[in-house]
Amino acid sequence: MSATTAWTIAGVRAALLAKKISARELAAEFYGRIERRNGELNAYLTLSPERAYAQADRVDTAIARGETLPPLAGVPIAIKDVISTRGIRTTCASKILETYVPPYDATAVERLDKSGAIFLGKTNCDEFAMGGSNENSAYGPVRNPIALDRVPGGSSGGSAAAVSAGLAVAALGTDTGGSIRQPGSFCGIPGMMPTYGRVSRYGLIAFASSLDKIGPFAGNVADAATVLSVIAGHDENDSTSAPVPVPDYTVEIDKPIQGLRIGVPEDYFGAGLDPEVKEKVQAGIALLERLGCRRVPLRMPHTDYAIATYYILATAEASSNLARFDGVRYGLRVPGATLTEMYRQTRELGFGPEVKCRIMLGTYALSAGYYDAYYLRAQSVRTLIARDFADAFQKVDAIITPTAPTTAFRLGEKTADPLQMYLADIYTVTGSLAGVPGISVPCGRTPTGLPVGMQIFGPHFKEGSVLQIAHAFEQAGGSVI
Amino acid sequence: MRAAMKISREDVLRVAELAHLGLSPEEVETYCDQLDGILSYIDKLKELDITHVEPMAQVIYAPATPGANTSHPELREDVVRPCDVSGPILSGAPDAAKPFFRVPKVIDR
Repeated sequence: MSATTAWTIAGVRAALLAKKISARELAAEFYGRIERRNGELNAYLTLSPERAYAQADRVDTAIARGETLPPLAGVPIAIKDVISTRGIRTTCASKILETYVPPYDATAVERLDKSGAIFLGKTNCDEFAMGGSNENSAYGPVRNPIALDRVPGGSSGGSAAAVSAGLAVAALGTDTGGSIRQPGSFCGIPGMMPTYGRVSRYGLIAFASSLDKIGPFAGNVADAATVLSVIAGHDENDSTSAPVPVPDYTVEIDKPIQGLRIGVPEDYFGAGLDPEVKEKVQAGIALLERLGCRRVPLRMPHTDYAIATYYILATAEASSNLARFDGVRYGLRVPGATLTEMYRQTRELGFGPEVKCRIMLGTYALSAGYYDAYYLRAQSVRTLIARDFADAFQKVDAIITPTAPTTAFRLGEKTADPLQMYLADIYTVTGSLAGVPGISVPCGRTPTGLPVGMQIFGPHFKEGSVLQIAHAFEQAGGSVI
Repeated sequence: MRAAMKISREDVLRVAELAHLGLSPEEVETYCDQLDGILSYIDKLKELDITHVEPMAQVIYAPATPGANTSHPELREDVVRPCDVSGPILSGAPDAAKPFFRVPKVIDR
């Protein structure tokens, strides 16, 4: 055991059962790593040692008594700061929730807790998960552990950076338009967006309710599958949670991929795709073919409309969801002579520039005279984009694309113009709008050492197929292709 | 000044008022430019004929998604259940006088 050991879930379990280390010692080792690295990375906003050591002691007691250990016993995990944690400050990386301490755990968090996980702390992100670089955090940007002058991606940048740098074995992120997959790609680790409705959103502080999903980051695909198996499943506290049975993804991943039909949509390989990224992803597809998958060319004709659709729908939902932050019930209050003045001043001071921009855009799109032209039209185009996916899945078992058009860009490179930042979501927002599951899996590095991500989409509720392909790809050396 | 701005200063002020969002004069200018750029980009949605396309509010439950909804049951009933968390919630409020949240005077008399 050293400061550089690359821990996996299986490795933690074996070490605990062999009594090579206790859960408490392991938690302490991770806090040591965080203390050494977090100053430069800024991946964690809040540490929760009190809860972590209490959880570790429960695991150590269970081991001492010879009890059967739950699937994540002693596994140190990080949680994105838009997900509610009982007794642990949850800021959404916003000034407006700087002191907010939730009175309850999100369902996904509660399920991790029951599975023996150790909560190291809360990770940095773009404010209210709005961004693709983690530069919109009110508490400063996160740096990419692979190249410190570059962004880790966003919005779940802190979770991705923490796992990539070995400051957590796994992490929860959230994905509304690409916020798990893109930072997974930029930081060189798997990151999975489940089907809409697969993981309960109860306790996830809402950005865009028809698009938000909670999902895992991990150091390898098998670990992502283990975490997803724990957090997935119906929850009556989320009315959109799907009552669809959850298979054991840790078993699903070992199924053979020979004969699977993989769709490659030419619409994802056109102008704007960095040639180095294209080359790696094409090599990744060739590897899948060598593993026995059958390549099927596809057209997904509405791909080019996805960003415009997404930024209308997501901001409209956000403008409504964020109306609750008004200084009355929680978080910041800036006093005013009247109620309206209090609302306006609280929100002016509490929200950062990108959140304000999106509230403005969403409010505009929903306002009288513009509703049909923007919001209703975008909802109809969403139907067309979902049909592209439904049509494709009549012909193929999975769709393979690049995760992002580029590798991690430099801090400050895209901050001046929000539209330029939005355009980087081109390959991820499509699947978000269609509600299908998708993973970004590492697919080699460019000559300068920056990770490339390959994205795998599957049909609704077929996370098993997505993970199965990702796992086979990783096992065959896809991450170093 | 661009040739045809899609959004004026007055639009920005009107939307900010609807959103209960205070903005500095600099922010008004910035959002005027940024929203104009974004809305111009979003205009590309007008290229598509959506005459016979159902708008989609919920992807998994939408009847407009071929193949996506067939095996999914209806949304559950929205029923009220007791949830006794008023204590911790009020203790996290900026200004509470149990069992109320206190706000500036709304009715003037």
